Amino acid sequence: MSESTETPGAAVPAVQALAAAGAGRRVIRRHRVTTRIWHWVNLVALTILLMSGLNIFNAHPRLYWGQFGADSDRPFLELGARGSEDDPRGFAEIMGHRIGTTGILGVSAGPDGDPLIQGFPSWSTLPSWRDLATARRWHFFFAWIFVANLAAYLAAGLLNGHFRHDIAPRRDELRPRTLAHHVFDHLRLRFPRGEAALHYNVLQKLAYLGVIFVALPLMVLTGLTMSPGIDAAAPWLLDLFGGRQSARTLHFLVAGSILFFVVIHLAALLAVGVWNELRSMITGRYVIKEDRPT
Amino acid sequence: MSAPSGPGLHRRRFLLSGGSALLGGAGLLLSGCDRASEAPAFRDLLGRAEGLTRTSQRLLQGRSALAREFAAADISPEFKANGTIEPDTDIYAALLDDGFADWRLQIDGLVDRPAALSLAELRSLPSRTQITRHDCVEGWSAIGKWTGVPLGLLLKSAGLKPNARYAVFHCADDLDGEAGKGGEQSPGLYYESIDLIDAFHPQTILAYDMNDAPLPVAHGAPLRLRVERQLGYKHAKYLMRIEIAERLDHLGRGKGGYWEDRGYEWYAGI
Repeated sequence: MSESTETPGAAVPAVQALAAAGAGRRVIRRHRVTTRIWHWVNLVALTILLMSGLNIFNAHPRLYWGQFGADSDRPFLELGARGSEDDPRGFAEIMGHRIGTTGILGVSAGPDGDPLIQGFPSWSTLPSWRDLATARRWHFFFAWIFVANLAAYLAAGLLNGHFRHDIAPRRDELRPRTLAHHVFDHLRLRFPRGEAALHYNVLQKLAYLGVIFVALPLMVLTGLTMSPGIDAAAPWLLDLFGGRQSARTLHFLVAGSILFFVVIHLAALLAVGVWNELRSMITGRYVIKEDRPT
Repeated sequence: MSAPSGPGLHRRRFLLSGGSALLGGAGLLLSGCDRASEAPAFRDLLGRAEGLTRTSQRLLQGRSALAREFAAADISPEFKANGTIEPDTDIYAALLDDGFADWRLQIDGLVDRPAALSLAELRSLPSRTQITRHDCVEGWSAIGKWTGVPLGLLLKSAGLKPNARYAVFHCADDLDGEAGKGGEQSPGLYYESIDLIDAFHPQTILAYDMNDAPLPVAHGAPLRLRVERQLGYKHAKYLMRIEIAERLDHLGRGKGGYWEDRGYEWYAGI
């Protein structure tokens, strides 16, 4: 496939892109280099954080609400096993409601293939075997990378106007009718094309806002609240989240919500075209196909 | 939407093979991560984060920021006992048999005046009582009430030599590892160490009472360390001896503690 024209050095997302020579397609610069670096560092860091986090969770596969919580206290969520030692049955219990989850949660194939009593399965954890010390090394090393990456991206986004121009929704976009219209279109897998694809639509904006300014900072703060050292330095964190064990539960739930975002994000990628989107996140270049050539 | 056509099918197959290539690639990466997890040089690299964590936490805390203290109503109904529940050595059994009457806490190493203190002597010294949260590295927490002698007080009266840097806690228990933690499971004598910033922290005490009763065996009788701004494994139980040292590399495998020798952080503020 040959590229048509390219807009050199245009602002991102480039509104002033050049029209291709009669082909009805043009190439614009879609993503800033800061966005692209942040995206890929995040992919690596968040994957490692999630998988090492599941290994850490497996050391005590129960979540509580409040300041304390251990074996004899009532869990908010538990992944466990019951039955005989030869034939353990896995279960997940959320607020007293128990469902059988053998094969995935509670009991699943260990690294050698035999059934093993473990919260999350070996294929989802880093390392794949139970090893709290090693999982913590991965987790805290990549937590620093993740935090540095987030801080740099937030600083860049505030300075270069990325958040103000590209991500903050305009008032007219937030009208219920406009929102409903976008939701309806998305549900029917009808996505903006042509000119409209130059900008993030309002649902994208809200999703990115939620992830960048709510979910990711919450991961950092709830993570820090689990640290006895940070709790001494910033006891207000305990009040904000209602205790160390609540913070641990929220850390887990918000991680789940980020995973949910990633699933939708990947589904949208498949729906609108993998290669164009991937390229725009690697090189910054994005091809616009116009409904009516100008 | 158009019905599946030739190019559509083509594209689907392309996506499918792309997808399985991605999955295969991810599998390779993960087995690579597993192998990296076992490579000493890579483990050391990951472990570098600990220094950054310690420096930044100490910066944020200052020397004397206190761990939160709770009300009596917040105390856990049942405080989970972890690690060794009862040391199985003859020496400990004999001490326990006569109610720790013959037990002495040795304080030696880089001090001007080594000491051997009985439980009665420790109880006669000024004490501190605090209701604090105990955070296990595994993830659970329990709140308990502790009474004991501030460690700083003992160290001041022993007199530290100028090159003193660490307080090392030698314990009565042999630990065989803990299945729940995974990783290396190997026996060894329990020991721990903290630096002088934590040793002189006002909440760092040698506790002989827990929840207004003598410290139970499961929680480290007759004496255990409380170092409230760090995780549970730092709170050494069954204390026998405090050694003031300049370095840690001559002890155990040289990492400053039983769990540290098995891959855990020496600075356990996180």
